[in-house]
Order: sequence, then C-alpha cells, then structure tokens
Amino acid sequence: MPLKDKPFFGRSLPEVRDPKFAGRLFAIEGADGSGRSTQIGLLSQWLEANGYAVKHMGLRRSNLVSEELEEAKQGNVLTNTTMSLFYATDFFDQLIHEIIPALRAGFIVLADRYIYTLMARDLARGADRVWTRNLYSPAIIPDAVFYFRVSAAQLVDRNFQKNSTLDYWESGMDLGLSRDMFSSFVKFQRMLQLEFQKMQKEFGFDIINANLRIDTIQRELRKKIGAQLGIGAAAQVIALPPAESGR
Amino acid sequence: MASVVSPKRNYTGKLIAVEGLDGSGKSTQIYLVKRWLELEGYRVFFTEWNSSILVKKSTSKGKKRQLLTPTTFSLIHATDFADRYERQILPLLRAGYIVLADRYIFTALARDAVRGVDRDWVEQLYDFAVHPDITFYFRVPLEVSLKRILEGRPALKYHEAGLDMGWTSDPYESFRMFQGKVFEQYESMRERFGFTVVDASEEIHVQQAKVRDLIRGKIDLPAYRRRPCR
Repeated sequence: MPLKDKPFFGRSLPEVRDPKFAGRLFAIEGADGSGRSTQIGLLSQWLEANGYAVKHMGLRRSNLVSEELEEAKQGNVLTNTTMSLFYATDFFDQLIHEIIPALRAGFIVLADRYIYTLMARDLARGADRVWTRNLYSPAIIPDAVFYFRVSAAQLVDRNFQKNSTLDYWESGMDLGLSRDMFSSFVKFQRMLQLEFQKMQKEFGFDIINANLRIDTIQRELRKKIGAQLGIGAAAQVIALPPAESGR
Repeated sequence: MASVVSPKRNYTGKLIAVEGLDGSGKSTQIYLVKRWLELEGYRVFFTEWNSSILVKKSTSKGKKRQLLTPTTFSLIHATDFADRYERQILPLLRAGYIVLADRYIFTALARDAVRGVDRDWVEQLYDFAVHPDITFYFRVPLEVSLKRILEGRPALKYHEAGLDMGWTSDPYESFRMFQGKVFEQYESMRERFGFTVVDASEEIHVQQAKVRDLIRGKIDLPAYRRRPCR
C-alpha cells in the first residue's frame, strides 16, 4: 500500500516524528451488544484470507493502566474528570506503543471502539465539549469510522442474552438518572446515541444499522473497507461463528 | 491561551500552592506553614503531587518498566491530580478549608513542556482546576538547587533525572539539563500566573517568616478557625 499521511485531529504527538504510515486504521463504534466484536472477528478473517496483517485495539487494553482502570471501576471511587483522563491514558498508551508501530509496519488496525465512544461517554457525563475535544486532539484520524446503531430495546435484549445483567457503567448508574437500572440503561444509551448523532455531523461516520442480520452488515463493511484497500467486493461466503448464527 | 472551562469559584476555602525546582526547599516551607496553621487551630489540609492511591500502581509500574512516554507521563499525572482534585481539594475548599498543595498544576506544565508535549494541550487539560489564591515560587539559582540535591550523590530516579529524554546516559548530567529547562519554564510562567516569588537562598526561618506574613496579609485567617465541638 502507498504511504499515507495520517493527520492528527489537532495537535501532533511528540512521540511521532514522521506521521506517514503504510497501514490503515478502521474504527468500529457502538454500544455493548451492538455486535462489534462479531463483526471485527469476521473482518479479521477476511483480511487475513486476503493476505493482510491485522492488529486489534480496544478500550482498557493498555499495558500501562488496564488492570488499574478495571479495579477502579469496581469501586465507587471514580469521579468524572479522573475517569476521562484514566481512559485517555489507556488510549494514548495503546496508540503510541502498539497502533502507531503497527501502522508503520503496514498492518490493518481494527479498533474495537476509538475516541468517539470515549468522548460520547464524557460528554454524556457533562464534560465540557471543548475540553474533551482538546483531550483527544493528538489522536490519529481513522481511515473510516463505522458506527453501529442499535435501538435501545435491541441492546437490552442482547445484553441480557450475553451477561444476564446490565453493566453498571454502561447503564450510567453513576449519573443518578434513575435508581432503576433498566430505565437508567435506556436513558443513558439514548444520551450516548444523541452524542454520536452530534459527532456524526462533525466527523462523518458511516452509520451502520446494526439491527440487521450479521452477514448483511458484514457484506456492507467489506464493501466499504475493500474499496479502500482495493480488495474486490466479490460475493464471498461469510462463515458465521456457530454461537452467533442463531441470532 | 484561552481557558475553555472556567471552574466556578463557588467555595469559601483558600488554596495555597508551592512550586519550585527540586532542592528549592519548598516542601520544608509548606510543611512549616502546615505546622503553624495546625498549631494555631485553623482548618487545614495538605496534599502532595503524585499521591493518588487510585493511580499510584499504574504510575509506579509505568516508571519502573519505563513504559511512560511524554504523552502518557503527562496524562497519568493529570489523572492523579484529577483524582485528588475531585475527591479532596475541591470538596475541602467547598467545606471552607485552607488547602496546602506541595506542587500544583504548574509542575505538570513545566515538566510536560520540557518533555516536548504541546504546551497549549496540557494547559487545556488542566483547565478544570482552579488557580491557587497564592502560588509561592521558591526561586533559587539553578546551581544552588543542583548542589543541594547532588551533593550527596543520591541515586537519581530515571524520570526525575530526565533520562527518558535520552539526552545523555549520565544521570547527573541529565538531571542538570532537565532542571535547567524546568527552571526556564518556571521563569516563563512567573508573571503569567502571578507567582509570589520567595528568595529560596535565604535561611529557612527567614523565608518562613516572609511566607507567613504574606499569608496573613492575603487571607483573613480568623475566618478559618476550627469550629469548636459542642
């Protein structure tokens, strides 16, 4: 692939001298239960089948702070700004130590959530818009961002199927929207969707209707990513993972 | 630099911060201020840089394994600060305490700038924090502070010596260079942030007397007496 300038959103990182990379960065955004990991798994298979090396990133996966962040989430000690900055530390640690080297080496990086989820959560929790934008302004702009939109009702179903409980933070319980976890979850997810809608105008995401069938979504993603990489969108059989095929 | 988040000054407490190079004697001075205010019966709380329990494990792991880069070094210290700020400093200011801070956001601004992090970015990062009522800047000639620290040939820590910058592999030389650059940063912030400069080459008790005078002049201390138990 030709080297491509990967401009930053605003400021550049002092760690990155020459931001020209051979790789590509695709971000998938969406709530828990929107089907992100299923789709990323299928995309990885397809990319590897076509000879592309794939690297994954996600939230809370950095060497530096992932364990400590997980620990902090278990207690009731995380205040808003602290949480924003802790997640940002996690994000930039991965960006600097893993993503940028991978992009330089020509990998296709698939981000299972990127800065948009982090910003949407911060904003839903009342963070200042300009402050939040500034925080993530040294991030690298992805080649494409796919936002998986799912109705709140669908999300509830999928979360119950997967974990049989709703997650405290994904339900925004810390915001005191409602003592009832179910209504808090629905309210918080709507707030996030609203933030994504606002960001969509600014950043121009591809909105994916994630209520659709797994293979329909996968075909759309392959078409869009394939177009950027020059992989033909030949009708390929999409082998669904057994656990998911019933859905 | 435009402030993006103007923190509300909706509190009755007072915030006093000390800043200065390693070896400027600022920790000794703020300790003496703390003892003075405590013994006089005022509501006082002391907080120091880099001490949040929540973040401590990550910071020390990052430093030990040398995982930190300028950006993550900056962010993890901001996280540490935010945790102390949101859970202690601000609530205590709201409760009407005199909060004493051994190093405040200016330490981060100076060090991060030396590490090449975008100055404007860091300043905005810390925009959520109120500025102190008094920021004492313990100003000492670079050579004096270096001598105070280096005389005992201490084992300098990797980041403390700025070895992460890769300027030189000699920790003492690196420390000199690093401190020199931090000094320049402090000098450049002096006026902009209205530091109260204290000549830190004077005797300890002489400095302390001046500091106490300045505090008395600027803060109506009787308003901060501990409330008697009934």
